Parts: sequence; C-alpha cells; structure tokens
Amino acid sequence: MLSILRTLWGVFLHMFRSRETIQYPEQNILDPPRFRGRIILSLDPDGQERCVACYLCSAACPVDCIALQAAQDVNGRRYPEFFRINFSRCILCGFCEEACPTYAIQLTNDFEFSEYDRNNMVYEKEDLLISGPGKHPDYNFFRVAGVAVGVKGKGESENELPPVDVRSLLP
Amino acid sequence: MNEILLHIIIALVVLIGAMSVSASLIWLERRLLGVWQDRYGPNRVGPFGLFQVMADMIKIFFKEDWIPPFADKPVFVLAPAIIVAATLIPYAVIPFSPGIVVANLNIGLLFFLAMASLSVYGIVLGGWSSRSKYPLLGSLRATAQLLSYEVFMGLSLMGVVMMAGSFSLEAIVEAQRGLWFCIPQFAGFVIFFIAGLAETHRLPFDLPEAESELISGFHTEYSGLKFGMFFVGEYLGVTFTSLMIATLFFGGWQGPLLPPIVWLPGKTLVFICLFILIRAALPRPRYDQLMSFAWKILLPLSLLNLLATAGVLLILRK
Repeated sequence: MLSILRTLWGVFLHMFRSRETIQYPEQNILDPPRFRGRIILSLDPDGQERCVACYLCSAACPVDCIALQAAQDVNGRRYPEFFRINFSRCILCGFCEEACPTYAIQLTNDFEFSEYDRNNMVYEKEDLLISGPGKHPDYNFFRVAGVAVGVKGKGESENELPPVDVRSLLP
Repeated sequence: MNEILLHIIIALVVLIGAMSVSASLIWLERRLLGVWQDRYGPNRVGPFGLFQVMADMIKIFFKEDWIPPFADKPVFVLAPAIIVAATLIPYAVIPFSPGIVVANLNIGLLFFLAMASLSVYGIVLGGWSSRSKYPLLGSLRATAQLLSYEVFMGLSLMGVVMMAGSFSLEAIVEAQRGLWFCIPQFAGFVIFFIAGLAETHRLPFDLPEAESELISGFHTEYSGLKFGMFFVGEYLGVTFTSLMIATLFFGGWQGPLLPPIVWLPGKTLVFICLFILIRAALPRPRYDQLMSFAWKILLPLSLLNLLATAGVLLILRK
C-alpha cells in the first residue's frame, strides 16, 4: 500500500520535470553526422562526376530502387547515361553508399522529401547530382586508382611508380 | 409553469454539461498522461490542443460504423446505449448547489447504486452479442469484477448513510456542514474510491479491456460511433464517480468563500485528476489478485468499518 502511494507521488513529481519531446517543425531535431537520409550523387574535386557506372550500388540495393545505364565519354571514362532512384521504394539503408568504390553516391541528413504525387518520388540524375564533393572533399578516384581517362597520364597517380620499360630490363 | 421550466433547464444543463465535460476528459486525460510521462500530449489543435476534442469527435463520427455479420445485431446496437444511459441517469440525483438538482430523490444513494449495477448489462451484452472470443472473455471478467466490487461499494457507503441518517444526497451534503465525512469515514472513502475505480473499469482495474491480453476486451468488435459511446460512457463514469466522492465524502457543494457552484466541480476535477494519475502510475494486477483483493481484503474491511461506525454512533447516542 505504501509503495503504491510512493509510486503515485513519484509519478506526480514528473509534472515538474523538463519535457523529453522535441517539438519538431518549430524545434530542430538532432542532427547526427552519420544520419542516412536523401541520397545524392557527388562530384570529385575537379568538378567531374564521380560515378563510374559500375552498377555496384544497384546490385547492393535490397529493394532494387536504383536504375542506371553505363556509357563512356571520348576519353574512355565511364559515366551513367541515366541514374534513377525511386525514393518511394528506397529504405535508406545506406548499402549503396557502402558499395560505392568512388564515394559518388552518398546519403545526406535531409529527410523532408514528402510528395503528394508518387511519381515525384522518382529522382533522375539531374535531381541527384550536387555541385560538390560531399563527405569526402579531397578524394578523387582516378588520382588514386583506375585507368587513365584523361585525368592523369600513365604512372602519374598517387602512390604509383612510373611504368617499367620492359625492354631495358636486361640482366 | 415556471417551476417546470426551471426543472427542464436544470436537467438540460446537467445533461449537456455532463456530456461535454466527459468529452473534454479525452483531452484532459491525454494531456495529463503526457505531463506525467515527461512529454506534452496533444498541443497542436487550437490553444493548448483544446480543439483535439473536436477533432477526435469529427474523426469518430466519420468512421465506418461496422457491425460484424456474426454479431447479434439488436443487442449489439443496444449495448453501448445502455452504458451511456445507465451512467447518465444517476447525474439526476446529484445536488450541484442548494436547490439545483434534477430530482431530489429521498433514496438518491440507492438509485445511484442501482444504476451502477445496470451499467454492467451494457458491458456484458456488448461482449456477448459480439460473438467472438476476446469480447466474451472481456465481458466475463467485467461481470465478475463489477459484481464483486459492487458488494462493498454499497457497504462502504452505509457508514455515510448512518452518519447522515438519510439516503438523500441533499441530506448527506447538509450533514457534512461541520465536518466532511472523509475524516470520520476515511476507510469508507478509500474503499469507495477503489470500488469506484473498479466500477468504471479504469486502470489499474481495466481487466475487462486489458489491451495486452484481450485486444480491447468487450468492445473489440465495436467501431465508429458505437465505440465512441463506450468511450464517452467510461468518461461519464469517471466524472460521476468523482462527483459522488466529492458529494459523499468531501462536503459536496460546501466550502468557504467561493459559491457552491464552483466548489463541487472543483472538488470533482481534483478526483478526476487523481483517477488519471493512478492510471499513469500503477500497473494492472493479475485477475486472481484482483478478485482476492476484493473478497479477502476490501469486503472484510468495509464490514469492519460498518461495524465500527455503528458502534461509535450507538455509544454517542446514549
């Protein structure tokens, strides 16, 4: 009986505590740095598309919401001819970001992208591309690895030795 | 002629007042539960979220009013009406201030107890006519619970009746002019409060509708306005039990300074808030615990209280 009264008093005292609720539209919600929100495509520091249309994000996507078509420019650099994410399917799991070898596809903190028309949830490449490098400001895939596609010459990438002249390798 | 008109006006005001107060309890309860759980509760619609009541009403009006094909249709429709009617009628005997009462019955208290027993029918028939297992289990529990708690609900009030020497609520309020009955009849007050909680099947005695085990008990199959009537019936019961506690044990409309018409609603509001606080704080007991608590503890206690009151009164009279 006494414990019941103590419980009642304890609950009553909660009246004077501060509230846990975040009044969302007026008050901003917490903004954790690793939040998984709306997906974007980023550019490398030289201002070119990072995406090399390897299809890894599309393959990793558990709900198959990413569609793209690879193409090559005159230098032989691969890029997506179209890149389409259906956000009405997307579950914001972030697997595509983990799969991406070039840091092109990234998840942002934005989650406020409701639409009245379902078709508006399908984002095309123009909608996805942003004008900067996103979370990895200094990274350029082609300066570290990959084939020469007009970005660098042979043997000029970081941590790469100059090419060996096989004809001079005489005993 | 004028007297009849006055009576009609009083009756209408009490009816409308009771309905609107119990409707706004939806808001009050959600808000207070929020406050006691460190959140805000509904605060979006209108000032302090007050229009939430209206929004809830509109929503429930436009819900599909569906009667399951396997239900016993006439009884199914009748059950919520019985609950609301049986909890609304006893409002007639409450004296709101001197002279303002719908029907000054000389057996007002008995009338209230009779009507409280009638409201069991609403629950039993509601559960039975649904013809599905969880409503039936809920109404089974409700029957046993309400019947056993009614036994000493009546007994706990007999001390008050003995002290006032009357079953009329006006006489009982008058008898409390010197000392409120909550002091000499403290045991009676506590027992009546617990029995009132069980009678309105509010938490922690909400076993008839225990969500975690019976979906929502006797009104599982109800939807739309019929469900709304069960809902309003529950809040009518809460309001009425608080009114009865204030009238029988806390001096009714009596109090210093403020006019009587302020005192009774004020006291009632305190007890309504206590009802909600108990809901916010206490967990539900097991069903056998509930029953043994009623028969093994509260019934002997109320009999003892009755005996002691009678003895003291006898000694004082000599």
